[in-house]
Amino acid sequence: MNIKQISVFLENKPGALYAMTGVLAQNQVDLRALSVAETKDFGIVRMIADDVYKATTVLKEAGYIHSITPVLGVAIADVPGGLNRVLQVLTDAKVNVEYMYAFLGGKKADHAYMVFRVENNEAATAALAARGIKTVEQEEMDTL
Amino acid sequence: MERYYQPEIECASREQIKAWQDERLVKQVRHVWDNVPYYRKKMEEKGLTPDDIKSTDDLYKLPFVTKADLREAYPYGLVAKPLKDCVRIQSTSGTTGKRVVAFYTQHDIDLWEDCCARAIVAAGGTDEDVCQVSYGYGLFTGGPGLNGGSHKVGCLTIPTSSGNTERQIMFIRDLNATILCCTPSYAAYIGETMKEMGLTPDQIPLKAGIFGAEAWSEEMRQDIQNTLGIKAYDIYGLTELSGPGVAFECSAQSGMHINEDHFIAEIIDPETGEVLPEGSKGELVFTSITKEAFPLLRYRTRDICMLTREKCSCGRTHVKMCKPMGRSDDMLIIRGVNVFPSQIETVLLNHGYPANYQIIVDRVKSTDTLDVQVEMTPEMFTDNLGEIDRRQKELVDGLRSMLGLAAKVTLVAPKSIVRSEGKAVRVIDKRKI
Repeated sequence: MNIKQISVFLENKPGALYAMTGVLAQNQVDLRALSVAETKDFGIVRMIADDVYKATTVLKEAGYIHSITPVLGVAIADVPGGLNRVLQVLTDAKVNVEYMYAFLGGKKADHAYMVFRVENNEAATAALAARGIKTVEQEEMDTL
Repeated sequence: MERYYQPEIECASREQIKAWQDERLVKQVRHVWDNVPYYRKKMEEKGLTPDDIKSTDDLYKLPFVTKADLREAYPYGLVAKPLKDCVRIQSTSGTTGKRVVAFYTQHDIDLWEDCCARAIVAAGGTDEDVCQVSYGYGLFTGGPGLNGGSHKVGCLTIPTSSGNTERQIMFIRDLNATILCCTPSYAAYIGETMKEMGLTPDQIPLKAGIFGAEAWSEEMRQDIQNTLGIKAYDIYGLTELSGPGVAFECSAQSGMHINEDHFIAEIIDPETGEVLPEGSKGELVFTSITKEAFPLLRYRTRDICMLTREKCSCGRTHVKMCKPMGRSDDMLIIRGVNVFPSQIETVLLNHGYPANYQIIVDRVKSTDTLDVQVEMTPEMFTDNLGEIDRRQKELVDGLRSMLGLAAKVTLVAPKSIVRSEGKAVRVIDKRKI
């Protein structure tokens, strides 16, 4: 029930992110979500790509260090309180959220999507499913 | 008028100094031959016996002692007195984790403190003075050495040790400290802090400073003198030989008089080991001729230097050395602490980091900074920022315990540290000294 997030190590300096997205652009990798966690000296870029294999291969070839982290892609009703409801479910299930960020370009107008990095993917997925909240599969990336 | 702590020694004739050195060298060679198997073996390997050393003219025959010898003989291999006669050790960091441990008898400490007292009197110190010792106390020789010298002169001694700048300034002002002893960079930092507090030189009671344990330039001397309204004097020493006070500056402020009644200085070609004529630039080599517990014969300091016996305006007759002009090895002196790149490498490898690193040394607001840049590796990388942070802190702690110094660790992108064809460029020293 997970999607694969690609995390890349970047130095925190001008042009570092640009150089990396350049590699992805040249190789026709489509990004669906992206977030940056930074410290003073370096950052971790977290992203969801349409083609994980292609993205990681070209990044590796270009000399980037990356890791794959299983995260949840959660469909959130695009109404006031939509996110709140999802967090309520996770809170009730005592699942800690490490970080989260928004998903780009949901094509279905009634839903937004967010990426959740939680302590326990199975527990979170089960809790969300039990309350009728949909999580996204890797294979669905193209259709969202 | 110039004052001296031991005028009959400090202003002795050259003939007298040579006579002392001849007699003491012969005695010292016999002492190590009798008591230190390590030395005896080294001398035997060169086919020497104590009878071959009849005066300082024979000094060149003796084998050199290097830091590698100290490491090999660690901890007791070079001690020439029974431990029951030793009363103290002092220590400095050495390569690859092994520290240099130097031993002292009470007599050794006494002579060492005399050397420091000479430096304080040369800087104008008397028993009327209040001497604040802001060198570190403990294993580092700076604090204990100047503390002892200050007592000998009869100064009221304030043993603040290093750090806590606000408290340093409080004591200087409240107790009217007139002499400050610390590293030059710390003196500059104290000066800048006082300036920021709005204090002008005439509001600062200090009149002189004795600054050593690291390289500093003439420009830095001028800055310190202007900010604090003092005369700033250089002092030189090595833990291996005793500590600060091997050489010190006088009122002429143009080079440091080596205490030749205790130390014989030579300048050698660092490549060939050949003794160079006076005035040549080369590596400074010392023989301690009065040390009982830890005598070193022809110890290679790795400091590049020049000696001069030109008559000094202060009246002292002992040879003068210039400020060290560089090193013949890769040792760095950062905030007064000796740092070898190999020590940093050891810590990195122990923590699972690659040996691809670069050390960037700089001086920001008169304080040396040490930045160790390490390349991130696939093995070390994780999506968890907290985990990376935790490992980075472990590395910082590891460096601190190895070096005795706070270092910054910066993780950089893979392959971003330049690979050179030959010797890797491990150190970038941006300090303008």
